[in-house]
Amino acid sequence: MAIWVNGETRLVVQGITGKEGTFHALACRDYGTKVVAGVTPGKGGSTVEGIPVFDAVAEARQATGCNASMIFVPPPFAADAIMEAAAAGVELTVCITEGIPVADMLRVKAFLAGHPTRLIGPNCPGIISPGMAKIGIMPGHIHRPGAIGVISRSGTLTYEAVWQLTNLGLGQSTCVGIGGDPINGTSFIDVLEAFAADGTTEGVVMIGEIGGSAEEEAAAWIAANYSRPVVGFIAGRTAPPGRRMGHAGAIVAGGKGTAAEKMEAMRAAGLHVVESPAELGATMKKALPGRRL
Amino acid sequence: MKIHEYQAKEILRRYGVATPRGRVTGDAEEAERICAELGGHCVVKAQIHAGGRGKGGGVKLARSAGEAREVAGRILGMRLVTPQTGPEGQRVRRVLVEEALDIAAELYVSVTLDRQAGKPVVMASAAGGMDIEEVAARDPGAILRQEVDPLLGLLPFQARAVARGLGLTGDTAARAAKLVGGLVAAYLATDASLAEVNPLLVTGEGDVLALDAKMNFDDNALFRHRDILEMRDLEEENPMEVEAGKYNLNYIKLDGNIACMVNGAGLAMATMDIIKLYGGEPANFLDVGGSASQDAVKNAFRLLVSDPKVRAVLINIFGGIARTDRIARGVVGAIEELGHVEVPVVVRLEGTNVEQGREVLRQAPFRFIVAEHMADAAAKAVAAARGEG
Repeated sequence: MAIWVNGETRLVVQGITGKEGTFHALACRDYGTKVVAGVTPGKGGSTVEGIPVFDAVAEARQATGCNASMIFVPPPFAADAIMEAAAAGVELTVCITEGIPVADMLRVKAFLAGHPTRLIGPNCPGIISPGMAKIGIMPGHIHRPGAIGVISRSGTLTYEAVWQLTNLGLGQSTCVGIGGDPINGTSFIDVLEAFAADGTTEGVVMIGEIGGSAEEEAAAWIAANYSRPVVGFIAGRTAPPGRRMGHAGAIVAGGKGTAAEKMEAMRAAGLHVVESPAELGATMKKALPGRRL
Repeated sequence: MKIHEYQAKEILRRYGVATPRGRVTGDAEEAERICAELGGHCVVKAQIHAGGRGKGGGVKLARSAGEAREVAGRILGMRLVTPQTGPEGQRVRRVLVEEALDIAAELYVSVTLDRQAGKPVVMASAAGGMDIEEVAARDPGAILRQEVDPLLGLLPFQARAVARGLGLTGDTAARAAKLVGGLVAAYLATDASLAEVNPLLVTGEGDVLALDAKMNFDDNALFRHRDILEMRDLEEENPMEVEAGKYNLNYIKLDGNIACMVNGAGLAMATMDIIKLYGGEPANFLDVGGSASQDAVKNAFRLLVSDPKVRAVLINIFGGIARTDRIARGVVGAIEELGHVEVPVVVRLEGTNVEQGREVLRQAPFRFIVAEHMADAAAKAVAAARGEG
C-alpha cells in the first residue's frame, strides 16, 4: 500500500517541453507512472515522445482524465502553474521548481484554500510509491517496495536515507519530499496523518532541517496521535545563525529554528532521534517491529 | 539580500514613512556641510550591514558642523567591530548624517514572515532600541502582533490597533498608524523578508519617525526588482561567497579547516554535522547542485582550496539521476584541469554504478582517499586534516 500516488495515478507534466520537464516526464514513465499528458502554453497539439501536449491543464484534464500534476515551470511562472492545476480540479500537484518568491507562495496558499487540491513542494524532489509510480526527480531504482514511510525537507539527503533503508532490506511504502522552502503546500503532519491512515506503513523516517517550527509541531502531533516508531534527524546543527543554508527555508532566525531545539522536541515526543545521518537506516531497523512505549 | 540603513530609508520614504532629514556621504568635509544645512546639530552614523553599530562606536552625536567633520573623519575608514561583524570588523566607507531630534519615546515595529501562519506579521513593542528577540525571550506578552492578509495588505484598523497598543493617542497615534501602513506597503511592494524600524521615534512635539531602518529581501524575488538589486553592496559580503555566486554555487564560509563539497543542500548540512560529530570543523557549506557537473565540481574545488585554512577536502556525492561513475570522472577531470592540489581529498560516492565510480577514482593519477559511507568519510576527513591521513 501507499499514500497519494499509486497505479491509479494519471500524470500531467506542466512544462513538459523544457529540458528538465522532458527528461523527468520520461523518467517517470520509465518507472511505471502513467504519464498521460503534458502542458506548455502555445505548444498544444504537439507531442513529446508520444505524450500529447496541451495548451492548458483544463484541456489536458478533459481529454485525458489526469488526476495529478508535476510542475517544471520556471520560478516567475510557477505559482500561476500551481493555481492553474488547482483550478482545473487536479487532485495532486507536485511542484519541483526551486526559487519561487515567498510572496507568490503566500498568494498560492490563499488560492488553494478554496480548492481540494493537495500541493507537494515547491522546491522538492517529489513523491514516490516504490514499485507503483513516482512523481518527481528522485532516482527510482534506489527504492524498494515495503513498509517504511519517509518524509523529508531535503532531496539528496532523502536519497541517502532511502538507500540506507534499501540496503538493510527495509522497503518503503511512500517517500515524500515536502520541500526546502519556508512556505510549502504539504506539512510533515499532513504526511504523518496519511501514513497513520495507511495500514501498511509500519514506521516513519522523518528528516527535518533548521528553520521554522514544522518539526516541533510534527513532534507534538506524533506524541498525541502516532504509535508506530519514528526515526528523526535534523540537518544543520553546525549552521551559523542568520544564514540561509542553500534552501530558502533553512535559516536560524532570531535564535529560533535551531537543530538542537528541534531534536529536543523530537526526543521529548518519543522519536528515535539520530545524531549521525549515517545511522538513519540502522536505527529504523532496531526500532522495528517493536512499538514505542 | 541586505541593504544599508540609508537605502532602506530611501525606500521607506517612497511609501510615506517619515525619517529624519539627512544625507549619506563618504567624505568628512561633506559631512560638515550636511550638518551645517541641518542646523549644526546632528548624528553621524556608520553605514555597514551589521547591526550593533552604536555599541562599536559607529554612531556619534555632533553639536557643531566642525564636530561632525571631526567625527565623520574618525568613523570613515575605521574597521568597525560590532557583536555582528566578528572580530575582524567591517570597514566603514559611508556615513549617514542626520538631524538630531529630541526623544520622547523609542518604540519598535517590524514586518516579517510568520512561517507557521503563512502570512506576513507586524510586530510592535514599546521597548524600542532593544532586539525583538530579547523582548520575546523576556516578556512575550509585550509584543503586539497583527497578521497581514497577503491578498489585502494591512487594513487601516489594524494599523490603528498597533498605534493604540503602543500607548499612543491623538495625532501621534494617527502618525504612527500611517508609518506602520507605509512600512507594510513597502514590505509587500518590494518582496522584502524583513522591514524593521528600531527605534521608532516619538519626538517631544508628537512627530513619529523611523530613527533607524533595516530591510532584507527575498533573493528569489530579486528578478523583478532591478532597482533593489542595484543597491547590493558586494564590499559588505564575504569575497569567497561573492566569487562562488559568479559560478552559481551555493557557498557559505565557516571557520573550520575541512572543506566540503556536496550535492544538495540537506546532504551538505548533514555532511557538516557529521564532520563535527567526528571531532572536526567544517570550513564551509557548499552545494554543487544535484547533478554535480564537471564544471561545477572544478569551480567549487578551485574555490575551496583557495581558503588558506583548509587542511582537507571532503567530497560527498549521492549519485541519483547522474550516475556515480560519470560524477567520478568529473571529479578526476576537475583535478587534472587544476593541475596541482596540495591537500588530501576524501571522496565518498554513493548511488548508481558506485563500484565503477570508485574504480575511476582508484585509477586516477591523483591519490584520493576513497571512503565507503558517510561515517567513514567523516572519520577519514578528520584524520586527514590532522595530518594522520
